[in-house]
Amino acid sequence: MEFGLSNDQSLLQNQVARFLKEKVPLDLVRAVAEGRQTDRIIWSELTELGLPGIMIDESLGGLGLGLLDASIIAERLGYGVTPSPFLTSAIIAPTVLQLSKQREDILSKIVTGETRVGIAFNQAIRPAHESGFEIKNGKLDGSLLFAIDSDADYYLVADSDKTIYLIDRNSAGLESIPLSTVEKTRSSAELKFSQVEGDKISDDPDIFDKAWNAGLVGLAADNLGAAQCALDQAVNYANQREQFNRVIASFQAVKHMCAEMAAQLEPCRAMVWYAAHAFSDIPEESTMMASHTKAHLSEVGQFVTRTSTEVHGGMGFTDLVGLHYWFKRCGFNRQALGSPELLRDRAAIAQDLVP
Amino acid sequence: MDLSFGPRYEDFRSEVRQFIQEHGSKSPQAGNSGSKKAMAWQTLLIENGYAARTIPKDYGGYGGSPDIIESRIIAEEFSKKQISTGLGGQGISMLVPVLLEMGSEAQKKQFVGPTIRGEMLWCQGYSEPGAGSDLASLSTKAVIDGDDWVINGQKIWTSTAHLADWIFCLVRTEPTKPKHQGISFLLFKMNTPGIEIRPLVDMTGDANFNEVFFTDVRVPKDQIVGERGQGWMVANAILGHERGSLAPPDAAQSRLNGVIKLMEEKNFAGEKVIDNPVFRDRLMKIQGRILAMKCNDLRLLSAKINKNQDTQLASMIVKLQGTELRHELESLAIDVMGELGLAYGDNPYIKGGGSWQYQYMYYLGLIIGGGTSQIQKNIISERGLGMPREPKIERKD
Ligand SMILES: Cc1cc2nc3c(=O)[nH]c(=O)nc-3n(C[C@H](O)[C@H](O)[C@H](O)COP(=O)(O)OP(=O)(O)OC[C@H]3O[C@@H](n4cnc5c(N)ncnc54)[C@H](O)[C@@H]3O)c2cc1C
Repeated sequence: MEFGLSNDQSLLQNQVARFLKEKVPLDLVRAVAEGRQTDRIIWSELTELGLPGIMIDESLGGLGLGLLDASIIAERLGYGVTPSPFLTSAIIAPTVLQLSKQREDILSKIVTGETRVGIAFNQAIRPAHESGFEIKNGKLDGSLLFAIDSDADYYLVADSDKTIYLIDRNSAGLESIPLSTVEKTRSSAELKFSQVEGDKISDDPDIFDKAWNAGLVGLAADNLGAAQCALDQAVNYANQREQFNRVIASFQAVKHMCAEMAAQLEPCRAMVWYAAHAFSDIPEESTMMASHTKAHLSEVGQFVTRTSTEVHGGMGFTDLVGLHYWFKRCGFNRQALGSPELLRDRAAIAQDLVP
Repeated sequence: MDLSFGPRYEDFRSEVRQFIQEHGSKSPQAGNSGSKKAMAWQTLLIENGYAARTIPKDYGGYGGSPDIIESRIIAEEFSKKQISTGLGGQGISMLVPVLLEMGSEAQKKQFVGPTIRGEMLWCQGYSEPGAGSDLASLSTKAVIDGDDWVINGQKIWTSTAHLADWIFCLVRTEPTKPKHQGISFLLFKMNTPGIEIRPLVDMTGDANFNEVFFTDVRVPKDQIVGERGQGWMVANAILGHERGSLAPPDAAQSRLNGVIKLMEEKNFAGEKVIDNPVFRDRLMKIQGRILAMKCNDLRLLSAKINKNQDTQLASMIVKLQGTELRHELESLAIDVMGELGLAYGDNPYIKGGGSWQYQYMYYLGLIIGGGTSQIQKNIISERGLGMPREPKIERKD
């Protein structure tokens, strides 16, 4: 019995951690967030480590690893608030395309970093505002809000029956308009369809649910890392900042804020591992665990990033320190692929507790 | 990642199941620990290695070699069938492990056997009116007179003192030394002349704990565990034991299943609470937190077996999170019942024998007992996160 990361997994995680620390410092994150840079240079660096293909079969050039491996990478990306399309291109799209055995050409190009695939699943999860699309004779009409990754070459979109279509970014009749949100380390877009050609990838709702679960675990892992970094920053700052002739870390109110953050966050690590493991090895628990884990991590992530900001006082609220990037990262992760309330309901449905 | 225990352990699991199938009907109900049935069950468990499994035969145990997975499997199978895992209490869960580690050979021979068989009941005499969270400031004192210790002072919150045969007690024996180095760990009979027990009724309405007064209580000199002045070290070994075990996530999970059952009952109008989305969300929120604690528990288990993870912080947070979570869970059950959740005592409409009401109060006690939540947070921030220790302020007198 072994519940923990393998040696290889720990090595991989440490390697990525060191790499991100060196290559993607907060200055670069800020440059992307402020539109002075794109995340493309970061993605091509991550491609050199093989990360886009982490879950893609070795026969297609990928690493052929599982969701747990992808999650420990997502955790590091969250820790560094790294801008990248990892969630969509490396976790969700490969899950959809491999389960449906479609478009190996795209999978190969994800591996080489040539192609990014965004997603727009909210019609199947909970339509945003009044957006939505209809499909007749293979042509899409309508719109979708908050597609993830405004820079993608393809989009996977799902309708309310969980049927998934692949759309080429260059299709006639498709308009992709970047949408500004609070979160600047990952981008959102509005997709407008007018008689756009859709390549039907899957009409199996089970495939959609699996891809959804994989995305939820990826988001939860990203939140785990982001919250851990926010806590680490709070403890560091508290140990240095002096008021009343003592470091503020010696005030019990500050200590207890940090202890409460740690107490809530530490069990989340095991929860993310378990949810990732259940995805591949305990399918009967997968939907319940993925939903609960993303919902729970969303609550804890919000609490930790808020509390860490408070520990920093006014500094926490400034753009200068940049703590807000972690707060907003968790803010994005909280809404994406379903809010905590929606996901807890999904967990209840998975246990037959909803009439 | 590998959550299976392997074939050898699956065989062991079948053995445990076989035992439960054959003998399970002899198991007593939880909470009737003093009965003949409970004692007979305990003896049967020890004979078969399902209790006192790793305690040497010489001291009355089964004499098995320590195996974390076997212990885990026993706990899992017994809890699945809601079969009693045998006697508990402060003697078995706290004193015995300490005696095995630090007791003299004579003490192990004298105390371990009768304690694990349930023939010798213990209480824990630590807290005093002036020494709660700051336990090391305790002032009950013991001085040597001839071949005896002579003890004077008072303990408080002493659970089960009114039932106990013996007490393990912290007393000050070296008044001139710094406070942590002046304490000794004594064992003595509760019927020794000079001991007076006054029950304290707690918020559940029961008198589970007591005040215990000592006036010139004479205790043979050799009834000390460890050396003079080492009592704090001995006590801390026990406190570590106590904290982790106060709020096991598996118990929370089975209570949660109980809440779900309550929520699925129909009222007169044919409605079920589970169909109410607000209540359902509260339930799911708590379930998510319990799952997190269960996963954390799995990680702690794995770390014990494989010794390749640093889980210091992961184990430090268990008492704080576990007791607070459990209290919220029990409180949810009360809200689910609404006014019926107020029923108590011999109210004919009471559900589940009043266990929800009882536990909802009892767990508030556990948030305080065994080191309060605030003390836990001091420990987590100082030892877990490396933040500065609380300032030490010298006594005024
Ligand atoms: C149900 C129950 C059973 C018990 N059974 C036993 C038993 O069998 N044997 C035994 O010896 N004792 C027992 N106790 C006693 C228990 O260990 C103490 O109640 C506990 O350690 C707290 O001490 P206190 O009650 O004196 O509270 P205090 O120490 O007076 O604490 C009061 C408040 O001050 C806070 N506080 C105190 N110090 C600090 C600090 N340094 N930083 C921040 N906040 C602080 C506390 O968190 C608490 O909120 C039991 C208690 C309960 C509730």
